Amino acid sequence: MIVKIVSKNFDIPNSHRLDVAREHGRYKSLNSLFSRKPDDITVAVEKSGLRGKGGGGALTGEKWRLIPNPCDKPTYLIINADESEPGTFKDRQIIEFDPHLLIEGIICSSYAINAHHAYIYIRGEYVFWAKRLQEAIDEAYAAGILGESVLDSQYPLHVTLHRGAGAYICGEKTALLESLEGKRGHPRLKPKGKEPEWFFGNPAVVNNVETIASVPFIVNEGYEAYRAYGTEKSPGTMLFGISGHVEKPGVYELPYGVKMVDVIEHVCGGVLGGKKLKAIIPGGSSCQIFRADEITDITLDYESVKEHGSALGTGGMIVMDESVSIPQAMKNLFEFYHHESCGQCTPCREGTGWVDQILRKIIAGNGTHDDLKTILDACDMLNGKTICVFAPSVAFIAQSYLEKFREEFEALLD
Amino acid sequence: MSTFTFNPENEEKFTALLTRYPEKSSLMLPSLWMIQYQEGWISPESMRFLAEKLACSPMDVYAVASFYSMFNLKPVGKYHIQLCKTLSCMLRGSQQMQAHIQNKLGIKPGETTKDGKFTFSLVECLGSCGTAPCMSYNDDYVENLTIEKLDELIDGAQS
Repeated sequence: MIVKIVSKNFDIPNSHRLDVAREHGRYKSLNSLFSRKPDDITVAVEKSGLRGKGGGGALTGEKWRLIPNPCDKPTYLIINADESEPGTFKDRQIIEFDPHLLIEGIICSSYAINAHHAYIYIRGEYVFWAKRLQEAIDEAYAAGILGESVLDSQYPLHVTLHRGAGAYICGEKTALLESLEGKRGHPRLKPKGKEPEWFFGNPAVVNNVETIASVPFIVNEGYEAYRAYGTEKSPGTMLFGISGHVEKPGVYELPYGVKMVDVIEHVCGGVLGGKKLKAIIPGGSSCQIFRADEITDITLDYESVKEHGSALGTGGMIVMDESVSIPQAMKNLFEFYHHESCGQCTPCREGTGWVDQILRKIIAGNGTHDDLKTILDACDMLNGKTICVFAPSVAFIAQSYLEKFREEFEALLD
Repeated sequence: MSTFTFNPENEEKFTALLTRYPEKSSLMLPSLWMIQYQEGWISPESMRFLAEKLACSPMDVYAVASFYSMFNLKPVGKYHIQLCKTLSCMLRGSQQMQAHIQNKLGIKPGETTKDGKFTFSLVECLGSCGTAPCMSYNDDYVENLTIEKLDELIDGAQS
């Protein structure tokens, strides 16, 4: 079931070092890159159907096309390495074991959108990974792979690593840009039509680490090779991170379209201690929860998970066995969301804390049936009344916990 | 005038970073990190210093510094234990780890031991869900955390 495109070099000793990385094919795409037209690269990525792997699943080629062409301003590529969605721990594997793959992807992608400076925004807690990435960037500069003329191509490209400082919301691309500009990480209002992102008023593309790390394969092997994996609408592979109650938690690269149950049973060795499965969060904590009896037909692609009422998100699955109290799990997540709400919009800032307080009351045994109704009313306030999608996601997950495990909440009321 | 200044190494880093961004306001987070590594925390004096450097008001610096949870706006102990409390870590036993840390150090989350050695904080998802439970110990992650690992670290630091 496991396919190795992005994770191909993960098990090679010292794969993070430039000499080893080069021995194993890294930077091979640069041999022909600069003799091709930038548009060729964008076309290949468009045809590959590559989708953003940070949670949204937007088509990468479409994002790149939003950069004005020609453009009289400098263009920037910004890599989102702010991996903070609970249940998600995949980008750090790329940075730890194959940072040169990311840099190679940055070079190919920057060339496609005519960017001469790329920024990598990495979450502040990832100190080890920031060091590892900076070492790789320094190695690349010393070898002439980055700098004023990438491998004597006359194409200048600089890469700057920028550390966040502990704010979940900075994984939202416009909050990330605000943060990169030196401000609080407050998401920006969405434009009416399609636009690129803006970094100090200059057009920019924001892409996830894994997305960019998928680009060299497409450049090297062609879009058909990428499309040989996955499904029609979700082509290629994804690094799925599975955590919680499974025997072998970890990150596994799988083609889209594999069955969720097979992944849990065969890739992850089944539920921990042979216990019964109770629930699964499919794509990071901001996705609606599934009961064990709902997952039989679900395949891991954007369409199937959506059809079943949730989202593939970041591919970070959290597995819960029969011993878990769902109201406790929900309270845990609401503490998270309350803490991480950026505070810009009142419904989100107040609503997340409000739901957290009601859950505390219910779990303490002081809840009433009206409290469940109040939570749903709060969800109504959270949904559609804020600047970014943080609050609507929180509303949807709250509704799904209450709807699918209502009896557990009601059992606490009596 | 502020009483804080960058040490020569940070001053050099700051100057080098000026060439890496379209505008110098981007140096806000990198500079706050440099201050925190230099001083252990971000004092009001250091914020006044940074405001002058970035040609903004001290309040602008405070607004940013107070937004990000990793910036210490008061001094912390020599060893900062930050235990992840979010769902995947909770499922794999972070609450037992929390109880053990609290018993061992005699402090609650957010507190520092009287000798100034340890600060204990609970934090949200560290992105280490597959190797839960996890905590960060100053700059390092300790993954697949156990009572034994905790004892080893804390006893080692105390001896």
